[in-house]
Amino acid sequence: MNGKEKKKIHMSGWDWAFVICNTIFLVLFCIVTLYPVLNTLAYSFNDGLDAVKGGIHLLPRKFATDAYKTVFNKQGIRQGAIVTVARTALGSILALIVNALLAFIVSRKRFMFRSSLSLFWVITMYANGGMIPVLLLLKNLGLTNSFWVYIVPGLVSAFNILVLRTYMESLPDSYEESAQLDGAGYMRIFVSIISPLCKPVYATVLLFVAVGHWNSWFDAMLYNRNKPEYTTLQYELQKLLSSVMQQSGSADSAGKTSTSAQVTPVTVRSAATIATMLPIICLYPMLQRYFVTGLTIGGVKE
Amino acid sequence: MSLKDSKTPALKKLSDKAEVKRQSVLLIIAAIYVIYGIVFYYLPLVGWLMAFQTYKIKDGLFGSEFVGLKWFKFLFSDATFVRVVRNTLAMGVLNLVSQTVTAIAFAILLSEVRNVLGKKLVQTISYLPHFLSWIVVTSIVHEAFSTSGIINEVLVNLHILSKPISFFSHTQYFWPIVAISNVWKETGWNAIIYLATISSIDPALYEAAAMDGAGRWQKIKHITLPGLRSTIIILLIMNIGNVINAGFEVQYLLGNGLLQSVSQTIDIYVLNYGVGKMNYSIGTAAGLFKTFVSMTLIFLFNFIAKKTGDERLF
Repeated sequence: MNGKEKKKIHMSGWDWAFVICNTIFLVLFCIVTLYPVLNTLAYSFNDGLDAVKGGIHLLPRKFATDAYKTVFNKQGIRQGAIVTVARTALGSILALIVNALLAFIVSRKRFMFRSSLSLFWVITMYANGGMIPVLLLLKNLGLTNSFWVYIVPGLVSAFNILVLRTYMESLPDSYEESAQLDGAGYMRIFVSIISPLCKPVYATVLLFVAVGHWNSWFDAMLYNRNKPEYTTLQYELQKLLSSVMQQSGSADSAGKTSTSAQVTPVTVRSAATIATMLPIICLYPMLQRYFVTGLTIGGVKE
Repeated sequence: MSLKDSKTPALKKLSDKAEVKRQSVLLIIAAIYVIYGIVFYYLPLVGWLMAFQTYKIKDGLFGSEFVGLKWFKFLFSDATFVRVVRNTLAMGVLNLVSQTVTAIAFAILLSEVRNVLGKKLVQTISYLPHFLSWIVVTSIVHEAFSTSGIINEVLVNLHILSKPISFFSHTQYFWPIVAISNVWKETGWNAIIYLATISSIDPALYEAAAMDGAGRWQKIKHITLPGLRSTIIILLIMNIGNVINAGFEVQYLLGNGLLQSVSQTIDIYVLNYGVGKMNYSIGTAAGLFKTFVSMTLIFLFNFIAKKTGDERLF
């Protein structure tokens, strides 16, 4: 507050112009960010026939929840939701445990293979086999056409290890030393000493991995295309939207709409889009305070 | 870093033997991780051999016939592949430039806000789109750019356009739309690291500048931007390799039959050949080319940064 008052004395006309322009710009920025989401929300709650006329902005014109009923009655969406929830829950908890344990090992200052083990994982960030070799490997391992292809291949990630390791290294050594004097082994130190101190960075990594699982669709398309029981929510949304996207160009230009493919109504597309992003929007305000601390400590510190 | 400080009496007490014994549990776990890493990250590297073979599943990786650089020659004589490389690089450069500029500009403008609550609110809103999937984002973008969408509505109402344009049936709009989608999704997120850097700049510098009568613009120009320099360079080196990685999802999701000549990227080409046509060798060769270019760019920029005495990655 007193900082503001001090500034006031020095503020010249140009400074005021800057502040006003800046505020207008940032408000515009927020509008541009939020409007498309709110517009989709408005469409999703509008009557299907009425929505075709367009011109809906922030509020639905003719309120209806039919679109959501249609979406939730789709077999694919229901199955996709179950699989997505399962992979998000299982995948992110497993990934956190596995990455935290590895980060703990490479952050122990007296661990004999500390630097070589770090290097082993850093290399994986830059050199990768590419789409085809990985696909063939997963096929040979029998992971394609199964639920586990979502969990196992991406479990250990060098990026998450780096974030976790940097945070763990910033903790004072004295914790570990006093525990060691009391006779605690490394696993005991990891579980009861280090992990409770790492809550912010654990939340960050958990959020990253969970969002990644929730949003992924390409693995469903590439590895489980023939297994509708392992479809994911986003992949179902993609299938729902793709008919429209593929058509938009050809329909507008050539004036011929291919009547063979059923075009999903805009309200249903909007409802599916909103339903898919809803969990993220709900959890986001609670988690966002963690990831900024986790990221800035884990990333910028070095 | 603090390795020396940690040699407290408590740590010295343990003989080497006892410490090795204590570490045995860590060693066993580390070994399991290494096996996992070899299988899932290093084994696919062996798959690069396929790019130099006529790979047949029945012959396997070590039984297939070696053909040298045949597939690479095929790729560069294939007009489609050359076009796909052009698309990838064009969108990659466009994305890198637009994202870097918008993130820095947004971080600077946000850091000038004195109202703590307003600043928090804007920042929270700004990185929300980062957490939405590309499917959701392309769905939103597609709606916004449609003939009845908000973009056309605004442009027509401002009399910039006389009638709505069908953005997705003209090739010239596709690259800008991809860049705009990326900017919309990632500006706030990318700004986090710049904001952190700005907040670590010594406030005394700003106070001294204010004493000398510097206005806001001068402070930004002479203090904030130079303070961001090393962060910008590090991030540029880290991201330069992604120029050839322009992405796959946006182009795959927003593209349509009419836009193929500008929308297809190397990854889509790999998907079409390697997965669609089951030609694993061509798919691997194209993927290997991509990795090669991205590694070269990273090392090249790192080298330049080293020469000019700037921060570098390694």
